[in-house]
Amino acid sequence: MHRTDLPKPQETTTVNTAILRLTVNNHPGVMLQICGLFARRMFNLEGIFCTAIDQGETSCIWLKVDETDKLEQVIKQLVKLEDVLAVELRNDVRERISEMEAMMARID
Amino acid sequence: MPRLNGAQIIIHHLERQGIRIVAGIPGGANLPLYDALAASTTIRHVLARHEQGAGFIAQGMARSSGTTAVCFATSGPGATNILTALADAYLDSVPLVCITGQVPSSLLGTDAFQEVDTYGMSMSITKHNYLVRCAADLLTILPKAFQLAGSGRPGPVLLDVPKDVQTEVVEFESWPEPCPVQAHQTDPPEAIETVAAMINEAARPILYLGGGVIHAGAAAEARQLAEQGSIPTVMTLMGLGILPSDHPLSLGMLGMHARRATNLAMEECDLLIAAGVRFDDRATGRINTFCPRAKVIHVDIDASEIGKLRSVDAGIIGDARQAFGDLLPHVRQRSRHQWNGRIQQLQQDYPRFQDQDFAPGRPFALIRRVAELVGPGALISTDVGKHQMWVAQTYPFTDPRQLLTSGGLGTMGFGLPAAIGAALAFPERPVVCFSGDGSLQMNIQELATAVEQQVNIKIVVFNNQSLGLVRQQQRLFYEQHYFASSYRIAVNFAAIARGFGMQAYDLAGAPDPDALLQQALREPGSCLINVPIDIEEEVYPMVPPGAANTTMIGDEYAQN
Repeated sequence: MHRTDLPKPQETTTVNTAILRLTVNNHPGVMLQICGLFARRMFNLEGIFCTAIDQGETSCIWLKVDETDKLEQVIKQLVKLEDVLAVELRNDVRERISEMEAMMARID
Repeated sequence: MPRLNGAQIIIHHLERQGIRIVAGIPGGANLPLYDALAASTTIRHVLARHEQGAGFIAQGMARSSGTTAVCFATSGPGATNILTALADAYLDSVPLVCITGQVPSSLLGTDAFQEVDTYGMSMSITKHNYLVRCAADLLTILPKAFQLAGSGRPGPVLLDVPKDVQTEVVEFESWPEPCPVQAHQTDPPEAIETVAAMINEAARPILYLGGGVIHAGAAAEARQLAEQGSIPTVMTLMGLGILPSDHPLSLGMLGMHARRATNLAMEECDLLIAAGVRFDDRATGRINTFCPRAKVIHVDIDASEIGKLRSVDAGIIGDARQAFGDLLPHVRQRSRHQWNGRIQQLQQDYPRFQDQDFAPGRPFALIRRVAELVGPGALISTDVGKHQMWVAQTYPFTDPRQLLTSGGLGTMGFGLPAAIGAALAFPERPVVCFSGDGSLQMNIQELATAVEQQVNIKIVVFNNQSLGLVRQQQRLFYEQHYFASSYRIAVNFAAIARGFGMQAYDLAGAPDPDALLQQALREPGSCLINVPIDIEEEVYPMVPPGAANTTMIGDEYAQN
């Protein structure tokens, strides 16, 4: 396999993005709910990572959101989703998310 | 220990939940549900003629009563047909539980006969939705669905139930209790005091009330707040009836088809007290010019509405009834002579009506006459279009939940089935459906349902042989390029109604139209009354879409 020539993910500056951590019920429709919400409300989603936790009862979803001006509305709309159990603003782990992005970009 | 199949669990839970009427249509994938329903002695089934009709019949019950109503549809086309009614309920926050049949689990995802992704398609137009995976799950999902539909900001909830889940037999310990509607936590008292101080200090406040006030059962408190502070009050289309139309503080509806004086008064207000509203574009016009001098207080049970479109100076997240109740002891009795005098001046300068508006045969005259004849206890449904706006502008509403209309989605075809639902919920009250010839043709098949159910509804069809509001926009904004907005054939609605077995009257060519109208409204049972309306009758004044609310065109005061 050859490496793709995609540009390296830009190190977006801290001003434009926010990192959100969601705890959600783990069932097949949840990712669709989250992504559908972002698409229909015209919120930009830059990155998403999801994995099951708690023996599969719930999932943890990390979102990188390019909407600092609409962030309050993004969070309020996420909170309204019945399957979203918790929303945390986690800009404190931005660097580790960037590391994960870089790592994922290296996988081919 | 109860031992039942999924379908029986659903029907029995509906009975326990107090549901007495279900509107729907059976099909291949929900036949187990209908088999269980057939055995119910307490639930009456109303067989609609199209699933959208079933959804709107349920809406008519829910909107008029304020309690959650239920509708059924089968998979595939049954589900896609009912989606419009769900979207409509979502935008107007109407509590519904919709149960759709689905192909058996083993066929899910195989493009089986009458399979569509009902779960995926309904996700964005329901408050919450479920694809039920086993019959035992119904025991938790059903009470939760009713709780969600009726709690907080109400809305539609959909359960998509595969056929094998309906037939799966489970044994269980006990029935779940029907979940009560959840109460909402209110804001701390200091927030209330801050808001009350803003109201007390305001010289030119306006109350801006919407459907949320009606959902909260807060009309009496809203009225008391208005009267205590002598605060002029505007209502959205969904809020009409909170204050009686003839209340001295009522400025009627705001926005695109408001009275000129109402929109001008809002331009001058220094404090906007918004409650149960969402700053919809039809109400606010261009949002950045809406009430430009006003501080904003926003009361809403849905936190995401506060600050969504207009930033606020104070927000109260909570039930309007509770919020008003908390505010009232802190709001000073004031007369606000100057402000109310200014508004009276605006109303004198720009009178709401002209005498000629009430010439015989004209829309306002007809609406007022119908209101006079049916009395203040009547429930009124409308379809969508010119007739809807004329009703909103002139009907003498006296009570919340008296007007049933599709506000957010603006669904033509809403009126007739919603009227049937209202008549089912309140068999002793007169129900009038104001419709147009365009709207009526979108769900005209429900005439059969009305006759079959022997409901008492009077359908007043304002017939201008056109899609009137479309034509009006083509006149005003597309250089009178009338295209696809009028019908080239004259439909005989009276004959059609009679074909369905309904009494019908036609005011066209009647020697004494008023006598005929009186006779039609007096007869027991349902009837259709065809009322010819001049195609040139327009809805004025009008704020062009996207313009500021002070840009009103079309009436005699317009500067254009």
